[in-house]
Amino acid sequence: MSVTAPQRDIADDNASKDLDVRPVPADERAFLALEDVAKGYPTPAGRLDVLSGVGLTISPGTSVALTGESGSGKSTLLHLVAGLDTVDRGRILLEGRDIAQMREADRAELRRSRLGIVFQQFNLIPSLSVGDNLSFQARLADRYDAEWCAHLAERLGIDAALDRYPEQLSGGQQQRLAIGRALAARPALLLADEPTGNLDEATAEGVMALALDLVAETGCAFLMVTHSPALAERLDRRVHLTGGRLTARPAVA
Amino acid sequence: MRRPVGPWLALVASLLSLAIATSAPAQGYLGLGAAQDNGFAEVRPDRPISLPADHGAHPDFRIEWWYVTANLKGPDGADYGLQWTLFRSALAPEGSEEGWQARQFWMAHAAVTSADTHRSAERFARGGVGQAGVTHPPFEAWIDDWRFAHLGDGSGDAFSPLVMTARSDDFAYDLELSAEAPEVLQGEAGYSVKSELGQASHYFSQPFFHIRGTIVIDGVETEVTGRAWMDREWSTQPLVETQTGWDWFALRFDEDNALMVYRLRHDDRDAYVTGNWLTADGRSERLAPGEIEMTALEITEVKGRDVPTHWRIEVPAREIDITTRPLNAQSWMDVSFDYWEGPVFFEGSHDGIGYLEMTGY
Amino acid sequence: MIATLLPAGGAPLRPVVLALLSHWRRHPVQLVALVVGLAVATALWSGVQALNAEARASYDAAAEQVGGGVPRLVPSDGRTLDQADWVALRRAGWPVSPLIEREVTVGGEPVRLTGLDPLSLPALTGLDLGDGPGQEDAEGDGGDGFASFILPPFQTLAARETLRRLGLAPGDRPVLEDGTALPALVEAPGIAAGVLVADVGVVQRALGLEGRLSGLAIGDDPRPRADLAEVTGTRLSRIEPERPGDLDRLTRSFHMNLTAFGLLSFTVGLFIVHAAIGLAFEQRRAMFRTLRSTGVSARRLSLALMVEILVLAAVSGSLGLIGGYLVAAALLPDVAASIGGLYGAEVPGTLALRPSWFLAGLGMAIAGALVAGTQSLWRAATMPVLASAMPEAWAVAQRRWLRRQGALAGAIALAGLLLPSLGGEILGGLVAGFGMLAAMVVAAALVLPVILAWALTQAERRARPGLMRWFWADGRQQLSGLSLALMALLLALAVNIGVGTMVGSFRATFTTWLEDRLAADAYLNARDAAQAEAIVASLEADPGVTRVLPNWHADTRVQGWPTEVYGFADDPLYRERWPLLDTVGAPWDLVASGEGLLVSEQMAYRLELSPGDAITVPGASGEWTGTIAGIYADYGNPRGQIRVDIDRLTALFPGVERRAFGVLTVEGERARVVGMLGEDFGLGPDQLRDQAGIRALSLSIFDRTFVVTAALNTLTLGVAGIALLTSLVTLSGLRLPQLAPVWAVGLTRRELGVMELARMAALSLATAVVALPLGLGIAWLLVAVINVEAFGWRLPLHLFPGDWLRLAVLAALVAAVATLQPMLRLMRMAPARLIAVFAAAR
Repeated sequence: MSVTAPQRDIADDNASKDLDVRPVPADERAFLALEDVAKGYPTPAGRLDVLSGVGLTISPGTSVALTGESGSGKSTLLHLVAGLDTVDRGRILLEGRDIAQMREADRAELRRSRLGIVFQQFNLIPSLSVGDNLSFQARLADRYDAEWCAHLAERLGIDAALDRYPEQLSGGQQQRLAIGRALAARPALLLADEPTGNLDEATAEGVMALALDLVAETGCAFLMVTHSPALAERLDRRVHLTGGRLTARPAVA
Repeated sequence: MRRPVGPWLALVASLLSLAIATSAPAQGYLGLGAAQDNGFAEVRPDRPISLPADHGAHPDFRIEWWYVTANLKGPDGADYGLQWTLFRSALAPEGSEEGWQARQFWMAHAAVTSADTHRSAERFARGGVGQAGVTHPPFEAWIDDWRFAHLGDGSGDAFSPLVMTARSDDFAYDLELSAEAPEVLQGEAGYSVKSELGQASHYFSQPFFHIRGTIVIDGVETEVTGRAWMDREWSTQPLVETQTGWDWFALRFDEDNALMVYRLRHDDRDAYVTGNWLTADGRSERLAPGEIEMTALEITEVKGRDVPTHWRIEVPAREIDITTRPLNAQSWMDVSFDYWEGPVFFEGSHDGIGYLEMTGY
Repeated sequence: MIATLLPAGGAPLRPVVLALLSHWRRHPVQLVALVVGLAVATALWSGVQALNAEARASYDAAAEQVGGGVPRLVPSDGRTLDQADWVALRRAGWPVSPLIEREVTVGGEPVRLTGLDPLSLPALTGLDLGDGPGQEDAEGDGGDGFASFILPPFQTLAARETLRRLGLAPGDRPVLEDGTALPALVEAPGIAAGVLVADVGVVQRALGLEGRLSGLAIGDDPRPRADLAEVTGTRLSRIEPERPGDLDRLTRSFHMNLTAFGLLSFTVGLFIVHAAIGLAFEQRRAMFRTLRSTGVSARRLSLALMVEILVLAAVSGSLGLIGGYLVAAALLPDVAASIGGLYGAEVPGTLALRPSWFLAGLGMAIAGALVAGTQSLWRAATMPVLASAMPEAWAVAQRRWLRRQGALAGAIALAGLLLPSLGGEILGGLVAGFGMLAAMVVAAALVLPVILAWALTQAERRARPGLMRWFWADGRQQLSGLSLALMALLLALAVNIGVGTMVGSFRATFTTWLEDRLAADAYLNARDAAQAEAIVASLEADPGVTRVLPNWHADTRVQGWPTEVYGFADDPLYRERWPLLDTVGAPWDLVASGEGLLVSEQMAYRLELSPGDAITVPGASGEWTGTIAGIYADYGNPRGQIRVDIDRLTALFPGVERRAFGVLTVEGERARVVGMLGEDFGLGPDQLRDQAGIRALSLSIFDRTFVVTAALNTLTLGVAGIALLTSLVTLSGLRLPQLAPVWAVGLTRRELGVMELARMAALSLATAVVALPLGLGIAWLLVAVINVEAFGWRLPLHLFPGDWLRLAVLAALVAAVATLQPMLRLMRMAPARLIAVFAAAR
């Protein structure tokens, strides 16, 4: 297992922050701050509170692994941060702006220029070629940088397949393309939801290593949902979601 | 889309029956007279038959017919029969309206019968426009190209000689009739009672015509000779409602003697049977109800109906006891108001020939 | 219940069918698409069939109408005959029935008043005089239909249509223009529309013609009869009836047009059905595999699918028949107007339900559904149990599909081109023409996705990468799903353009032609020959009148074709104004000499005649052979027409009606002369028309004639809209995985919705652009091939770019309306549904 070492060992620098899981007063200077975030869904059996008062702050350039059991609300939390969904209560401050208070158009703007999102299902745009998929978000955000994209393509090992269509790629290639698309606009925060969940172990390892390298290269913060403790260990911080709240560590027996 | 002719003609015929009875019985065919006379002349015993004037039409009466039947023989001895009938029916006495508005209607039947075939045809016309009518003198009765008329200028009192023609698509005939004997009056001096309730008509006959000419069946011409019988009857009164039909015989015993008998059937009481014994010297003797016995001997299926085609007729007072058989049991008049009519032979106490008409079967 | 319909053995069918049907419960929109598609297709097809059947029935009725369909004896002098002649003929054995007929107006509406005698030859009249008394109902109370007809107070019989047109009810007494009241009206189904029938005596009195008749109908009694001349001398002439098949023959091309339209709509509807069934198949692939792996044989699965299609077809077909009835009922008055205008045949405005129509419509629906489902059935029968490893890239699959479409289009186009030379002889020109039309339309429809894909690729290549490129690329990907709907739109638009161009060209030509043709200032039609003589005498004495030109005509048959023979006087008016298409050297001199004649274009076409050819015209007095001096246009006339010198006409037809004249007036005197004719001779609007009036009437008839075409055009466009809508609705669910990532990376739902709308508008406009040349092709085929074959006249093609623009806008509008629902749904979609795309493990 060869992991390219991050240039800066953030994990060590911020080890103390592992404990910082209490709902805290908003730190206006924090890059991403979640304050008392609650979210629930109506179900036939009554209202299900998925998140009930989550607080979390992430500094710029920090990578955080979000773990938790199935159905614990990991993806929900990620979608809320991405502005894809809205909170029932609380605030999500990204660079000081409350996502929850934004209009849909602003949230979309935020997504395309400040965020990168990688899903488990890759969720590429099937009608566009690999090259167009890679640069799509960057162009949408008017932040297209040909050199950066070419660099990404090379780094992701898809530079030979730019004229092909996503469905003609292997699973690992598709997910690398998804990562490239998310990073092409040089987001401030990369969000990933089980990015390797659909891949076999070896491929997953390669993709993950590449992702971490590129995150480091981009210098963006990284919030990744995973159920793999091993994967979580490779990030700066780890937070665990259980019973709708965050804890510093999984409640290991 | 073209409508079949049959049902339509039934309407026409029913119009004629309409003229006769305001509420005709089911088989009420050409009954006599009407419930209300509506300005029509009445049939009365004291109105004498006046000849030759009464050969002409009586437009004051509601209903009238000229009815000729004949028993014929071909050159090979084969038997034939024929019929020529013109009916007049009025909704109003003549003179009230003219032209198309005249409410006189005419209907005619013609038929020829041989042992193996019977052909019939009918014609309809409205009075007032010349398509059909009866004039006298000289006597002429016609409808379209069917004609029964005095030959020659018609001067003189004798109702003879005459010509008679009719034509249809599958038969035709053209004959001459002559009579040596005078006409005979039916009933009591021409007053013929039709039931115990008093319905009656004026009725006279000429049973003693000699006839000769040509009949044509399917284009085959046959010269024929024989004897013909003419009935003339007119009335205004309807038959009774319960009357269901009649069986009428015109029988020729020999050169000088003939018998007319009829049976009016009712559904609520016994049939009314009467007749006249007619002789060539002009005498006529009424046979009252009870004097004649008529018995059906044999039933033949004709056009899906049961028709008594063989009869026994008894007149004990005259020692007559005869049985009749038809020349052709299928002598069905396939016209709008259909009935049986054809030549018959009889034997027993007397031998002879004649005609039988049966309605209501 | 379904299971019992099918042979036993193997796995029971019922659970399989139920499993299949469960799909529709989960996808109600698809079900609606399928049912609506098939119902609409069936509705338009069966609607058109109902119209055709109704029209045909009324032609039969017209052929059977009073005095129609039988030969007649008419007065040789064109006036009336003495009733005594009728009696004489009857007494000579002629099976003739008296008729008296006049065109009259009742409340301003023209009707034919016919008097007849039901007794003398009932078989001829075809009259249903109501329920007669029968032998059991001899009530003399006037309820007796027959007696009431011939006895006071008499009756006037009329069809329900006629009553409606006159605004009268049964029991009303129609009043003629002179104030005479006819007997009370009775509705009688056997009477042709536009005819009032009363007893001959009643009509004679009403017209003041006691003892006079206008003709005698001759029955087909074969008995020998006297020679006509022996009975009535030369007073009467025999004329032959129109043959029963004439109206059928004359209107055939019209009905073929309607049928073609119906078939087109049906095809467009089948596109919808095909799409819905195909989609349901794709979505149930997994279910089919499961069923197969649980032991259902491929045969059984296909059988179950077929049962499903049959059930759906029966339901949709029944709905469609209801729709078809409504469509037909709504269009019938216009069709009646068209047929009336084109062929002079009256069609009643009410629809009769015929069982044969119902069965044929249902059969068509089921057959159509089976055809539309053939592909799916085939696939279900041949599908392997195991899924293929890797789905093919859409772009590759699309490329292959487009190649196949293109090849098929090419083959069909080629077949269409070869059709006239190969099958023209066997099929007949008209059928071959329609065959070419069909081939062209189908080939164009098939090639449409190829063209659109090419255009989208070009646009995509030229677009800036990013959003715009996605816009086009996504359109290209959607093409496979939308192509059927777009084909439907193409057909609708092209047919609209084609038919619109044809009708427009026709109208432009017709207007110009009318201008030249209506040379006289006024046209009059006297009541009878006597009045005509009086009028002519009066006009000739009038200093305000320059010329009175006879305009008489007789009917005959030339080489079996019903032909009008018109007589006209040699006059500078004709020489200067009458337009001739083709002539010999001095056509007017040749005609004036009595040796020449002019023939109409359609007649020349049908009988392959050219100027200089000889032609034999059967007349009442014998045959006459003349030389063709020229050919003229005679638009809108289904009969052949010949024009000869007036003296030639009267020689040929001594009995010709001498009642029609054209009047030329001194400048400024027209109004006075027309007024004088109206006042002095009591000529009503039917008998006297000025030039402007005729022109207006002709154009209004012309316009009404094409109302049906316009309505069917609109309906076809509507069906295409429905096809588009159903395609988009079914696609919208499938498209979420394609749209969600775009939304996730930073587009709002609103932006997505607007882009969907814009994309559909672009596709529709592109379709409209393709439809234009196709439409012009259709117009060309209609004008240059089908019109010539069907009617025998050629038209110059006029172009109407304004209409094209209108249609392009309409196409975009149809697309917009069809897109609106899916777009709004997308715009309002809960984010959770889009998020679900990312979470779905499936």
